[in-house]
Parts: sequence; C-alpha cells; structure tokens
Amino acid sequence: MAKNSERPLLEFEKPLFELEQRLDEMRSVNEDTVEVDLSDQIEALEKRVAELRESIYRNLTRWQRVQIARHPLRPYTLDYIDNLCEGFVELHGDRLFMDDPAIVGGFVKFKGSRFGYRDRTVMMLGHQKGRDTTSRKYRRFGMPNPEGYRKAKRLMKLAAKYGKPVVTLLDTPGAYPGLEAEERGQAEAIARNLFEMSRLPVPIIVVVIGEGASGGALGIGVGDVILMMENAWYSVISPESCSSILWRSWDHKEDAARALKLTAPDLSDLGIVDEVIPEPTGGAHHDPEAAFSSVGLAVSSWLKKLEKRKPAKLIQARIEKFDRIGPYEIRNNGQAAEIHPPTEKSAEVNSATD
Amino acid sequence: MSWFRRQKAGILTDTRDQIEIPEGQWEKCPDCSEPIHRRELEENLLVCPKCGHHFRMDSLGYFRLLFDDEQFELHDQNLFAVDALQFLDRKPYTDRLGDAQRKTGMNDGARAATGLIGGHGVSIGAMDFSFIGGSMGSVIGEILSRSIKRACEREIPLIIIAQSGGARMMEGALSLMQMAKTSAQLTLLEEKKLPYFVLLTNPTTGGVTASFAMLGDIHIAEPGALIGFAGPRVIKETIGQDLPSGFQRSEFLQEHGFVDTIVDRRELRNSFIHLLELILEKD
Ligand SMILES: [Zn+2]
Repeated sequence: MAKNSERPLLEFEKPLFELEQRLDEMRSVNEDTVEVDLSDQIEALEKRVAELRESIYRNLTRWQRVQIARHPLRPYTLDYIDNLCEGFVELHGDRLFMDDPAIVGGFVKFKGSRFGYRDRTVMMLGHQKGRDTTSRKYRRFGMPNPEGYRKAKRLMKLAAKYGKPVVTLLDTPGAYPGLEAEERGQAEAIARNLFEMSRLPVPIIVVVIGEGASGGALGIGVGDVILMMENAWYSVISPESCSSILWRSWDHKEDAARALKLTAPDLSDLGIVDEVIPEPTGGAHHDPEAAFSSVGLAVSSWLKKLEKRKPAKLIQARIEKFDRIGPYEIRNNGQAAEIHPPTEKSAEVNSATD
Repeated sequence: MSWFRRQKAGILTDTRDQIEIPEGQWEKCPDCSEPIHRRELEENLLVCPKCGHHFRMDSLGYFRLLFDDEQFELHDQNLFAVDALQFLDRKPYTDRLGDAQRKTGMNDGARAATGLIGGHGVSIGAMDFSFIGGSMGSVIGEILSRSIKRACEREIPLIIIAQSGGARMMEGALSLMQMAKTSAQLTLLEEKKLPYFVLLTNPTTGGVTASFAMLGDIHIAEPGALIGFAGPRVIKETIGQDLPSGFQRSEFLQEHGFVDTIVDRRELRNSFIHLLELILEKD
C-alpha cells in the first residue's frame, strides 16, 4: 500500500487521513526519542482510527461507493489475475482487426486450493484500467473498442472448446464512444457477446470488481452468476451522465447515484446480483490482499457449484435467469394488478443507506 | 395490387397514429422544406412525396402496413411498468409514465402482434419512440421476449422493429439487463433455425442497438435512420471534432457492413414478402 502522504484522497476520508497523519507523527516521535514513551497514546489513536474507518465505511452513501469503485489504487483485473492465479498466458487480438488493451484475458491456473476448492485452469478476462498517465491512455481508461469485445468472445469460445470455465471481471466507465468504434460496430460487438455468452456451454462467473457502466460492462457480463463487490457500482448509465440528462446539469451526481440504485446491495435486492462480495473495511484499495481473498473465495464456491451442471442445464438456467429480470405489472379488467415476477425483496431497496 | 390502398385506409382510421405529427394541416419536411398537406403525407405512408424523407411511424402503423389485409392480433396489452427503484429526478418516474400513457394511449413503449405477411405467419415486436423516447425498460424487454417466445412456439419468423433512444434510465440496471434478457431469448430462436429480421428505424441507439437490433439474420433499415451505439453529441465531445455528414445514418451503416439493405417504407411490405418467400421455400 502507498504511504499515507502519497495516497489519493477521497473527500469523505479526510477526517480519517488527518488522524492517520497524527498517528504517523506520533510514531516517528516515539521511535526517534528515547526519553518519551507514547505507546499508550499511539494505541489509543490506532483504536480511534479503526473506529472512525469502521463508522465511515458502515454508512457510505451511494455516491461515496461510486468514488471508492473509482479509487486509483483499487485493484484491477490484472491484479486479481496476479494474486489469485499462476501462469497467466495473456492472449491478444480479435483475429479481425487488432488487439484492444482495454480488455485483457487468457488461460490461467486459478489457485482454488487456497479457498477450499482446487487449482484448475480457467479463462479469466476483464476490463483493464491503467495506473499512470501513460498506461491509462494505453488502456483507454478501461473503455473497450469493438475489438476488445470481439477478443473476449474469441477467448470465451476457446474456453468452451477446451471445457474450461470462464471468469469475467467487470470494471469500465463504459464502451469507448469514438468515431472509429462506431464505424467498426461497437453495438454489434456488444450484442454478439450477449448472444454468445447466453449459450456458451461452460460455466461463466461474472464479478463486478469496480465500475459497471452500462452496455460496455454488460458486453462481458452475461453469466450463470453475477457477483458484485460491496463497493462496486453497476447501472445503465453513470451518475454524472444521468445527472446531465435528467437534471440538465452535472451537479446532481449524488442525487443520480441515489436514484439509480446502483450499489451491490441494491442490485441484490433487485434480483440481478447473486452474491455481494464483502470488501475489507476501508475498501478494496485499503487492503488489497483481503479483497483478493474475498473474490477468490466467492469464485471458488461458485466454480464448485456450477462445474457439476450439464451444459444444456447450465444454458437453460442462464437464459431463464435473465428472462426473470425486470418486474412488470399485469392489469386485467376487474382483477387486482399482479406484479411479475413476484419480488418480495423489492421493498427493501429503498430502506438501504442513502 | 390493392394492398397499398388498404394501408392508406388503415393509416387514416386511427388518429393515434398521427401523434408524431403536430396538429395542423401542413407539415414542413425537415429535409427538403417542402410544405406537405397532412393527408397527402399520411396517404404516402408518412414519407415526403418530394424527397423521400421518412417521418416517424408508430407500431400500429407498421402492423397495418405489413400484415395482410391489415389483419393482426395484438398481444400483451395488459403489461405496465413497475417503479421498482422508486426513481425520482426532477419528477417521479410514475408521473413520467402517467404523462406518456395519456399522451400516447399506450401502456409502454412497445407492442406485439402476430398475423400473416404474404400468407406467412409472423410474430412482430415493435417499439414506439413516442413513449419516453422508446427507452427500453422491463415492460419492453418482456414484450419483446414474449414476441420471440411466440415465434419459437408457433415456429414462425420474427420481425423486431427497433425505434429507441436507448435505455430507460428510470429503471437503472433493470433496464440494462433487458439487453441480456432479449439477446438470450434470441438464442432459442436461432436454435430452431427460425428467421429473424430487424427493421431499423429512426432512431435506433444505445442498448437497443447493442442487443437484439444487431442480432438479426437480416438487417433492414429505413433510409436516413440514425443508428448507433453512442450518441453523436457524446462522440463529438470525445473526439473533439465535428462528425462527418451522414455519420451513423443507415447508408453509413450499410457501407460499414452492419445493415444488409435499405428499403423505402413504400416498398417495405413487398420486401418482407419477397424475403419470406425466398427463405421459407419448401423443397
Ligand atoms: Zn422532403
């Protein structure tokens, strides 16, 4: 983890940051000066820091979660691959036009034995953001061109050919809205993935690890289960764009985040997300190791469950899963309105924080 | 041929069809600026008689245009949106729905029908831009999904008429998932080897384009329709320069390989009959 002084700061973490700075000072005084012993004060302050972090992270608003999902130190796809797997062979290119570095993927040995499963080969792929100015630009901020989706499709079909499960990691601010992306069929590339993923005869586990912005995320997001990290967001539009369209101003991103119900608990209540993956207090960026384990454990338990299913059953259940998403009301004359599919959980959506 | 006259009669029977055209006796064509008498426009299937500009047509208009003798059965007319997110921006989603229902006389932004086209049974799902911009929410997803199921069950071809500004923001991720829902359902149609035609009309954008609208066996576009994923304004802001003329129009998509054929609305029914006959020919 970066030292406190270099860490990019989220607005709501400022009080925490100030306490941590005092703690750092105290520690260095304690180390440098033989005649004073501050260990009691240090211990007390450490406790306060932990309590404050706990209380901030227990009461996050939706907009704060969006900010955590975008934290520049948050683990990205390649970090998960490096930490959960061995022997990654990155496969490049869509075999049609070019390689798109905004999506990475390849065969890899997933170290499931660490999580009560077993080590096995999987196809792991996901959106990839950059860490510095050069790599951000190279990765196009995690915004794929059509070639990224077509590469993903190629890799998933390879996985199916060899009978390997697919794990996709979603983390994108959206598909790239460029002129050439349109010329080369951004829409067709995403659509084709939705279609092919719906009928892929191997298990697909989808994990939203950061930003799940619209069709650009969904383009590698059709699967047997959708898992979502506690501080990730997933919706049809970003809060900023939603604000600019519905409020005709960029200033209502917090209202938009609230209205869109875009957090993992929200999507779980709406029947879209199958499991919310807990993050360490302070977010995945605060303790990446804990975040890797959390994801590793969830992926292992789903691989174990899904690998027993026969391909035909797997596909049928997957298609039915998506067919059930989205409530509507049936109104027939003289009869009480019925809501379909029955959603006992939908009432809870609005009781969530913020 | 008499079908053309029959359509005209159909077009004139229902005033709801004319919602896209503001009140008044004369329309000014946005392309050639020619003033056109409303009746003349309607008789010409909402196509400018001078320059061929295609004014927007609604789902019932297309059903009357395409089905034999204007005969068709409507389905799923009892489905209404649920405000699952209790979405509130400057006004509640429920108010927006109420306003759109009053303005259009529709429950939501799509209709489903079955009937015969050139004697062949066909299932059609058609979207309506007039209902909250044809934005795709859970009701549209369900209506289109049922249109696909109906084609599968009856073993008949499917036509989806796309007309949408994109996602129904007020349904958040539920709206997004309709892309996956409809695309997944289409794999079952594919498995049965049933024909799937998409008619792309003005506009077809966002998540609708990036799902069922780009998954047809054959993509037919009306002339000059806006078809794309990202909106032109967003692209312009991203690349920081003006977009070439004709960008994201039907002709542009055909040139880049995403539209099979561009058909004038006045030839649309004949084109579908011709395609159905070629494809459904029994050996
Ligand atoms: Zn004209």
